[in-house]
Amino acid sequence: MRRLLQGCRSIHMSSVLRTGGQMDACAMRDMLKFEFSEDNQRRVKALLAWYPEAEWKGALIPLLDIAQRQQGWLSISAVQAVAEIIKVDPMKAFEAAQFYTMFFMKPRGKYVVSVCTSTPCKLRGGDEIFEACKKALNLVHGQTTPDMQFTLKEDYCMGACVNAPVLAVNDDMYEDLDEKSLADILAKLRKDKLPPAGPQNGRCACEPKGGPTTLKTPPPPPGFMMQDLPDPKTKKKCQ
Amino acid sequence: MAAVTRFNLLAKPNIGGALPVSLQLHRFQSTQPTTLGTPPPQTKTKFGPLADKDRIFTNLYGRHDWRLKGALKRGDWYKTKEIVLKGPDWIVNEIKTSGLRGRGGAGFPSGMKWSFMNKPGDGRPKYLVVNADEGEPGTCKDREIMRHDPHKLVEGCLIAGRAMGAQAAYIYIRGEFYNEASNMQLAISEAYQAGLIGKNACGTGYDFDVYMHRGAGAYICGEETALIESLEGKQGKPRLKPPFPADVGVFGCPTTVTNVETVAVAPSICRRGGLWFASFGRTRNSGTKLFNISGHVNRPCTVEEEMSIPLKELIERHCGGVTGGWDNLLGVIPGGSSTPIIPKNVCDDVIMDFDGLIAAQTSLGTAAIIVMDKSTDVIKAIARLISFYKHESCGQCTPCREGIGWMNKIMTRFVKGDAHPSEIDMLWEISKQIEGHTICALGDGAAWPVQGLIRHFRPEIEKRMKLYAKLASN
Repeated sequence: MRRLLQGCRSIHMSSVLRTGGQMDACAMRDMLKFEFSEDNQRRVKALLAWYPEAEWKGALIPLLDIAQRQQGWLSISAVQAVAEIIKVDPMKAFEAAQFYTMFFMKPRGKYVVSVCTSTPCKLRGGDEIFEACKKALNLVHGQTTPDMQFTLKEDYCMGACVNAPVLAVNDDMYEDLDEKSLADILAKLRKDKLPPAGPQNGRCACEPKGGPTTLKTPPPPPGFMMQDLPDPKTKKKCQ
Repeated sequence: MAAVTRFNLLAKPNIGGALPVSLQLHRFQSTQPTTLGTPPPQTKTKFGPLADKDRIFTNLYGRHDWRLKGALKRGDWYKTKEIVLKGPDWIVNEIKTSGLRGRGGAGFPSGMKWSFMNKPGDGRPKYLVVNADEGEPGTCKDREIMRHDPHKLVEGCLIAGRAMGAQAAYIYIRGEFYNEASNMQLAISEAYQAGLIGKNACGTGYDFDVYMHRGAGAYICGEETALIESLEGKQGKPRLKPPFPADVGVFGCPTTVTNVETVAVAPSICRRGGLWFASFGRTRNSGTKLFNISGHVNRPCTVEEEMSIPLKELIERHCGGVTGGWDNLLGVIPGGSSTPIIPKNVCDDVIMDFDGLIAAQTSLGTAAIIVMDKSTDVIKAIARLISFYKHESCGQCTPCREGIGWMNKIMTRFVKGDAHPSEIDMLWEISKQIEGHTICALGDGAAWPVQGLIRHFRPEIEKRMKLYAKLASN
């Protein structure tokens, strides 16, 4: 029995495997090395000032976001670097990072194309937009192209429902899409150009198409319909 | 008919009934804080359309400059100093008089909520947290405020913060709203530079900071305690209440979490007076409201309207009607994805306010109206919502984590019709077992759409099952 166990151990400890493992780990560590750039260090410092010093852990999500913007995705060493800055347990930080869908724990494409297929978008053709994206990019949900240009995501509600269907590319939202405008956007992205965001059917924002039904008059001037506020200096305050 | 009876019952306890007629006079003559804080009873019977001069969000469509210069021109930051100097009691009283109810979905009276913060302090700082984690399918009103009228929100933070004696406000904005967060941040920086917030805000001697905090994509973080957890750098999992955030909130300090719209209307209420705000909408449902109308209408839009406006008028006036005409309407989800759907015969004369929609067995929620015409596969539409909730459940409470998964599986089969009619009751039972048995309201929010579907579209589900069975047997 003892010999058997030793045998087992000897397999694990065999030099080939050990060096192989070490090499991988070293290579991985070098590859994943993470340090905030100088610009980002300034950003981190400015951000931390927003939280009480004892509660720096509150800055976890914004800091992870900065790390992800620098690295392109969120490696475990980036999470560790953030955890060290805000003095929390790295595992806790990692757990929190995994909870949020906007953190990519593995490398992603340069352009993350997320299509909303939630009910309001679905009613106005969100599913068709997603199918068209799938076809055009030759991807399924969550996949990345081999050249690391595109990642496709089927997403839930972007918060622009009156401009449905909606597609988001990284931070920008493209609204009021149809097949043609979608093709235009994807073609531009293929050329590595980010087209101007916003509604694609001529709307300015969330007004009804063809012109607003309200707010046709210029906004009233300051103090319009202002109630009479007695001067706090002359009258006793309502404290 | 049952709905009408219920509505009558609700309208009876008229809390504003005992107010003196000369409320406004009385308020200004008194030097003591007025104990009156109830909106006067509404005498109007017809509601909407709202006149342009009564609109709060005058730059809703981004046609004007949203920066400080433009905001000043539209009347933001006008006499804010005087308002802040009036003190917390005055502000809270004004909000109470206005009858403002929280615009984030639950509809809790804001004046009362803010007054919970005015307990004698114990040395801990107080915080105002603005909930800008807008992710409910159908809802997109806060986005318009933050990108086109950010100064209304910043000013609202100062006034609401003063009402609570808070030392800082955190605006928790969802991660997807990057450009909106940029606008917000610029507005905050401008306000700091102009001395409107920060040390000695507006020259009142009161220090108040406003910070932005971007989330990272989790619908559940819109729940107030989950939002607090997330703000503390943890997973966004709701906390058990009590202790309520007003006792132990963000960083262990008293906190109030309010919706963007609630905060952003506060300066206008203080300027024009609570009575002005209370003059819109029915008693207990006063004010103006941003409505998002999406789905099968000719011109989807966001519009500010008077509360208690009939649904039909809202859709026909601002959205050019339902696609294919009003008779082509199938149903409407009146308040964001978590409110039960109502069929056309209810939509015909339903009134868009808290009580009116409760009478129709649904809820105003965030006033995000999702319109569906007769071409809609209503079962699929609701199934899509359930898959959304399944995806967004945080997994803390078993009824929600498991139950929504079950509902999703059953609904997926219902879409095809691959089920037995007795399963409809089973689904109803599951939804009832989820509702009210979870820490937060996400479970309820997932259960209600299913209940609405079964309540009004049961024949549709059964029809599909029959069709499937017929096709399967052939």
